[in-house]
Amino acid sequence: MNESALAARGINKRFGSLVVAADVDLTLPPGARYALIGPNGAGKTTLINLMTGMLRPDAGQILLGGEDVTALAPEDRVRRGLARTYQINSLFPHLTALESVILAVCERRRVAQAWWRRLIAYREEIDEAHQILGALMLDAVCHRPARELAYGQQRLLEIALALASRPKVLLLDEPAAGVPRDESNELFAAIAGLSRDITVLFIEHDMELVFRFAARVIVMVGGSILVEGTPAEIAADPQVRAVYLGKTPRGLRNG
Amino acid sequence: MTSATIAGPRDYLQTQMRWRWGEIAFWLATLLPFIVTPDYLLLASQVAIAALFVLSLDLILGFAGIVSLGHAAYFGIGAYTAGLISKWGWGEPLTGLLIAALAAGVFGYLTSFIVARFRHLPLIMITLGIGLLLQEAANSASWLTGGFDGLQGIRTWPIAGRFRFDLYGYTAYGYALAALFVIFLGARRLIHSPFGLALRGVRDNSQRMRAIGASTHSHIRTIYTIAAMIAGIAGAILAQSTETVSLEALGFQRSADVLVMLILGGTGRLYGGLLGAIVYMVARDQFSGLNPQYWYFWIGLLLIAVVVVLPNGLLGGLTLLTRRSKAAS
Repeated sequence: MNESALAARGINKRFGSLVVAADVDLTLPPGARYALIGPNGAGKTTLINLMTGMLRPDAGQILLGGEDVTALAPEDRVRRGLARTYQINSLFPHLTALESVILAVCERRRVAQAWWRRLIAYREEIDEAHQILGALMLDAVCHRPARELAYGQQRLLEIALALASRPKVLLLDEPAAGVPRDESNELFAAIAGLSRDITVLFIEHDMELVFRFAARVIVMVGGSILVEGTPAEIAADPQVRAVYLGKTPRGLRNG
Repeated sequence: MTSATIAGPRDYLQTQMRWRWGEIAFWLATLLPFIVTPDYLLLASQVAIAALFVLSLDLILGFAGIVSLGHAAYFGIGAYTAGLISKWGWGEPLTGLLIAALAAGVFGYLTSFIVARFRHLPLIMITLGIGLLLQEAANSASWLTGGFDGLQGIRTWPIAGRFRFDLYGYTAYGYALAALFVIFLGARRLIHSPFGLALRGVRDNSQRMRAIGASTHSHIRTIYTIAAMIAGIAGAILAQSTETVSLEALGFQRSADVLVMLILGGTGRLYGGLLGAIVYMVARDQFSGLNPQYWYFWIGLLLIAVVVVLPNGLLGGLTLLTRRSKAAS
């Protein structure tokens, strides 16, 4: 596995005396479906923030498609194919779902600075945005402002915004957080249906979803990676069980 | 996917940017002062200049969410530039406007690098600081600006060699109104463009903008420069039509006034600012006739009432009323 879509090399980050990332090494091969799990405060979201450039590491490198992007701003990493979603909805509340995704498409195509041409003239961008929403079953509500969408639809819009940047690597921070169980299955089915050209890493607490949709699982504890393996290996790992305070995590039995 | 379902989203967007009857009626009504109230044409020209200035603030505040307490800086630069060119012997108004717009735009572009990096309270303090700095600079450079006495000796040539700036304000209002309308058309085009959408994105959630690959700083720099140019044009029209410029052109009071007009009328809808300018300027004219010392009392009262009762300004209130009456009928 020399080739990687996204890799972290020796990432360290501390806030004062609190170590949130300690020598994190991580490699996502192209087309991967990886889950990132760990107890609260393990540094999972921080790791996503470090990889996407929202935070700068104290030491270490982030490689995107083999290229060192550690010094790049978040928006420049997005343009090179690294997209993310947020655990807590971070949408454009007053823009309709369609407008939001059109905006993301326009930014990717570098036409968002055009102020002399009417938006309506950008047919390809509008159609593409509409298709992305259609694929996530949001086309029926595409003219509603994001803040008026049902919570589950907002979670889908999070993903639609990320997809509009045509990512090579997609980092999903608890995509199903707060979504009822039957809907979260649908949501993960949509993620599973993504093109294999897209490398996916998702944070998820529900082990059933993790075992169903991830090919490999990375377990993080206290800012470092404890173990990585197939779902079966993780389920059988005594260290992982110990981390979860001796309890069997929800759904682990089913693994 | 069939072509019918694809046509859907575009149709909807199209209706969003279509000209409405109310808009056409509004612009026709701006011609009324020529016929109905010819005694008030000078006031009308002041209103049109204020409306243009508010429009420029709405572009940055209403659409991109950039709060400014120093917007008069660009108005003042436009006014002094137009005034100085005329004083130095070139009184042709249209080229004067262009040069003033350029000067205000250059200063806007330079300051936009600081402005783009901040939001909220720090941003208010920075724009306030820019305004104060410029005001004191203009005050101390009295050899250039005339200081407290104001800039004297401006002679504006007739427009196109024909329309002289008259005492009644026919030319002044026609000139200001024409500039307002043309620039309004440009602003309207801008807000319905991809860039207009991007600005609303910056206003709503600039963090997320970065996560979809947007350079929010460069968006802010662009709109801030455009707004500075428009403010400069408004200032230039004031200088050319009154043939004087005072320090008050770039004072804090003017920055505060324009913000009040925009909030009164309603932000982020272009017409809100225009309505706010009309209400504010006419109210000032009327109240200051009644009670010259205390007219701000009434403006203060009006401002509080509007913000408390109508969070989307007077225009937001009007829209609500028409919707209700439509629903009732």
